[in-house]
Amino acid sequence: MSVAPRTPPAKRDWSWRSQAFRGLLYQIIAVVVIGGIAWWLATNTAENMRVRGIKSGFDFLTQPAGFDIGESLSKFDSNDPYWKAFLIGVSNTLRVAILGIILTTILGTLIGVGRFSRNGLVRGLCQAYVELFRNVPVLLQLLMWYLLFTEFLPDVTEAKRIGDIYLSKGGITFPKPIWESGHLFGVAGLIAGVIGAWFYRRWARSKFEATGKVRSMFWIPVAIVLAVGVLGWLVGGAPSQFAVPQKGEFAVEGGGALTPEFMAVLLGLVLYTAAFVAEVVRSGISSVARGQSEAAQALGLSKGQEMQQVLLPQALRVIIPPMTNQFLNLTKNSSLAVAIGYPDVVSISNTALNQTGRAVECIALIMLVYLTTSLLTSFFMNWYNAKSAIRER
Amino acid sequence: MAETIIFQSLPARPAPVNTEGLVPWVKNNLFANWQSTVTTLIVGGLLLFYIPQFFNWAVLTATTVPNADACRAEGVGACWGVITEKYRLIIFGRYPFEEQWRPLVATLLMVALLVMSCTRIFWKKWLVALWIVVLAAFFILMYGSLFGWLDVFGLSKVTTDRWGGLPLTIMLATLSIVLCFPIAICVALGRRSKLPAIRTFCTIYVELIRGVPLISVLFMASFMFPLFMPAGVTIDVLIRVLVGVTLFAAAYMAEVIRGGLQAMPKGQAEAAASLGLSYWQTQFKIILPQALAMVVPGIMNNFIGLFKDTSLVYIVSLYELTGALGLALNSDADWRPFKLEGYLFIVAIYFAFCFAMSRYSLWIEKQVNKSKLR
Repeated sequence: MSVAPRTPPAKRDWSWRSQAFRGLLYQIIAVVVIGGIAWWLATNTAENMRVRGIKSGFDFLTQPAGFDIGESLSKFDSNDPYWKAFLIGVSNTLRVAILGIILTTILGTLIGVGRFSRNGLVRGLCQAYVELFRNVPVLLQLLMWYLLFTEFLPDVTEAKRIGDIYLSKGGITFPKPIWESGHLFGVAGLIAGVIGAWFYRRWARSKFEATGKVRSMFWIPVAIVLAVGVLGWLVGGAPSQFAVPQKGEFAVEGGGALTPEFMAVLLGLVLYTAAFVAEVVRSGISSVARGQSEAAQALGLSKGQEMQQVLLPQALRVIIPPMTNQFLNLTKNSSLAVAIGYPDVVSISNTALNQTGRAVECIALIMLVYLTTSLLTSFFMNWYNAKSAIRER
Repeated sequence: MAETIIFQSLPARPAPVNTEGLVPWVKNNLFANWQSTVTTLIVGGLLLFYIPQFFNWAVLTATTVPNADACRAEGVGACWGVITEKYRLIIFGRYPFEEQWRPLVATLLMVALLVMSCTRIFWKKWLVALWIVVLAAFFILMYGSLFGWLDVFGLSKVTTDRWGGLPLTIMLATLSIVLCFPIAICVALGRRSKLPAIRTFCTIYVELIRGVPLISVLFMASFMFPLFMPAGVTIDVLIRVLVGVTLFAAAYMAEVIRGGLQAMPKGQAEAAASLGLSYWQTQFKIILPQALAMVVPGIMNNFIGLFKDTSLVYIVSLYELTGALGLALNSDADWRPFKLEGYLFIVAIYFAFCFAMSRYSLWIEKQVNKSKLR
């Protein structure tokens, strides 16, 4: 005797109580509420602007800015239009951010690796550095560096001289090579050196895999790059003219110069972010299984080889995502430059805002710049992350 | 004749080298090999050279007399007189001088509440009630009344533009972290929702906020917010900034919480569903308690970051600790040269708070992980 299988209840495609309907309802409510708020804010803004007689639009960008910019990569005077001022602001932000990211990576990695030093004094110092710099607001650090550079250095007229470098309240002035066409050969030589070093490394690796003979993978490539670079420079006629700063009556003239604002922003950001990068590096290294380090020692690798060849490459996978965050933080924190008057994009937008009253447009420009930078940085780091991720077979 | 083998005891082996105690530690950690010895000598030498100099400046030749001329005297090191002269302005900002007991009591109450909330024996239901009472007391003490009503204590009214210093720092940090939490949970859940519209809104919100610096959000709160409101409605700048900081913090917090949600094994939600729990029951009874416990260190890190970030409101002219220092010293030509000492003073305050929080974070991490140790 067999029991006829019970027929399943008729499938109802749709009901008022179904999940699909409720999901749709929630979404419609969300869209209506958020759209309503946005519409309410927009109409309020339009109404307020009309009442107060505020003009809107980006047409002001072509008008003359009417203010000077303390430092810029290209010439700027107060007759130049706003859009040029914004571009200079963006270039100043990028300058401090890119330089800052490079220096932070170097310093942070050194300190993070220093936490694993065999020397107790180095370990202690690295930890003290991290704790001290991490726990003080970065704005405060910027303000302090700026104070040190502007109050505790001598006046420009009594600039402190170290060799051909002058230090004063006006910043730091140093000799700068004068650009000649001969330098072009040097640059070409460096590029050729990099290509040569890449080929050398490929050859050395294939030789190593074939014969087991170890060749230097770091010092010889560096030597190749330098040697070919110097060779190119010599071929170019070895131009060695330097613009040496001279102390004049009221100022130090000539040579390259860094303003105290730039130095304060750079130093503050680098020292602050390096503390975080050091922690990222430390946690990355300690995430590598202990057996790896023991195996490296069992193979007779030196402490340096163990770090370079075994621990760091594996730690890199853990390190990269939080490192991206730190780079983004540094870029975003460079906006604090406004507090000490370094003309970054926020500072210039702020000035433009006060002069034109176009709050919405100026703040939108700031946000646009940072959003673009953030997205570009994340894209690049995601690409690099994918490259260094474990290749699973 | 065969040799007689006589039992001879071997000489005793030497005792193992001591690996504990001061001398072996120094030997292993400072003079293990020649590289280490050289490093120790160089680093140690530098420390021995600079630390006494700093100590000499900061303590031995320092003066605490609140007199700018005494600080300018020859051979005087740090001028802590600037602190003894200006500490009330630095800590309480522009709050009326005779009324400064009020922010003092309010701050102490708030700190006591925070310390209690961090202590295990107080993790009871009535702590929530206590939070409400203390927050109300804080506002009554600071403002004189609670948004115009409960004006029975006879305290004079002190408008928010006079608030400043440490109370403002602590209030901004505490309130924004408390307020951002519910928003962050909703956004984190929304970002993992199956409903595309809700997921898109939450993703856009988080990515937008995380892509811009806090300062631009503060500019928005300060310059643009008044334009958003209908004519006639003005909202206090402190509240606008608080809203800005809260919305900013919520995006970061949402990402931390989402990290916890992602780390939850799928079986938990499935088990809850098979028990017949609804979505919200599943989230609030099963998923969130475990997910939040997992990300406590991240939450604490956010809190520390937020505490430091409150210093930024100085740029939109709210005189919290950093701003109050500028207020105290920038306009006073006598004391301006001793701004460094002033900075070191507030550095010490920030450091004390942040360091305490980071130590607490380590402790709580251990508490949370206790359940995993069996």
